[in-house]
Amino acid sequence: MTVFWILGILLVASAVMTVTQKSPVYSVVGLLANFLVLAVLFMTLDAEFLAIIQVVVYGGAILMLFVFVIALLSSGTTPFTEGPNRLPFARGPALAIVLIAFGALMYAVLREPLSPGTIVPPSSTLGLAGQPDVFGSIGDFGAALFTTHLLPFEVTAFILMVAVIGVVLIAADAAPQRTHGRHPVRPAREREPIVKVR
Amino acid sequence: MNFDPSPYVALSAVIFFIGVLGVLLRRNPLIVLMSIELMFNAANLALVAFSRAWVNNAGHVFAFLVITVAAAEAAIGLAIVVAVFRRSTNVDVDEVASMRG
Repeated sequence: MTVFWILGILLVASAVMTVTQKSPVYSVVGLLANFLVLAVLFMTLDAEFLAIIQVVVYGGAILMLFVFVIALLSSGTTPFTEGPNRLPFARGPALAIVLIAFGALMYAVLREPLSPGTIVPPSSTLGLAGQPDVFGSIGDFGAALFTTHLLPFEVTAFILMVAVIGVVLIAADAAPQRTHGRHPVRPAREREPIVKVR
Repeated sequence: MNFDPSPYVALSAVIFFIGVLGVLLRRNPLIVLMSIELMFNAANLALVAFSRAWVNNAGHVFAFLVITVAAAEAAIGLAIVVAVFRRSTNVDVDEVASMRG
């Protein structure tokens, strides 16, 4: 339980750092700490494979994407100047609603223990970490992913394909370079803005 | 054998609402996206904790699916940020008031 409290404090502190930092780079550092602490929490919950995936996918791929976009947007300009606050009175009600929802959720969680009285037939067996075919190991996880939950796995492949196509459509330059033709290609900044800025 | 997931779920709720506050109160789109990632992670923590309590690996599988969906969401969100920044030099989310094609 001591481990849980240490990890929990670290997790909350890194999350607060992520949200409150002024510069997005410091937020990314907080988010990295959050992901790593969460991976350790997954290890304490016997989810070995998910801990590894957490470090590789979140800490490796997603954070790298954030860092690249920050570097791309910050090069030579100052893109993060905050404009005038368009909703100056929304902060109080937003805080109130969030606190009420948070209180209700914490009451529901902590009212009584959530542990199951009797464990209905477990799909896998508990055992020492590192052993094959015990709960949370790679073999156990893979067997569940490719037999019982095969359809969600296939749907995930479709989601990733849609995401790749969408990213190329959104982020790619709308007018590809043409070497001939009567209309010269204008640079991106001179085109009509799709997003109107007031 | 009898494992109580309550502390883990409470921690998950705390992280989730820190993410909600970040989405509601911050105006930098990158930090809003990072707050959404925090909320995904909180959901994953709850899934894994309940999975451990019931000794059933369905929670692990769905946490894995949540991770892939989060990756797709981050890629699309950052692409939108880049596209908005290409049209106007300012990416304050309050300034992006209308998106017309």
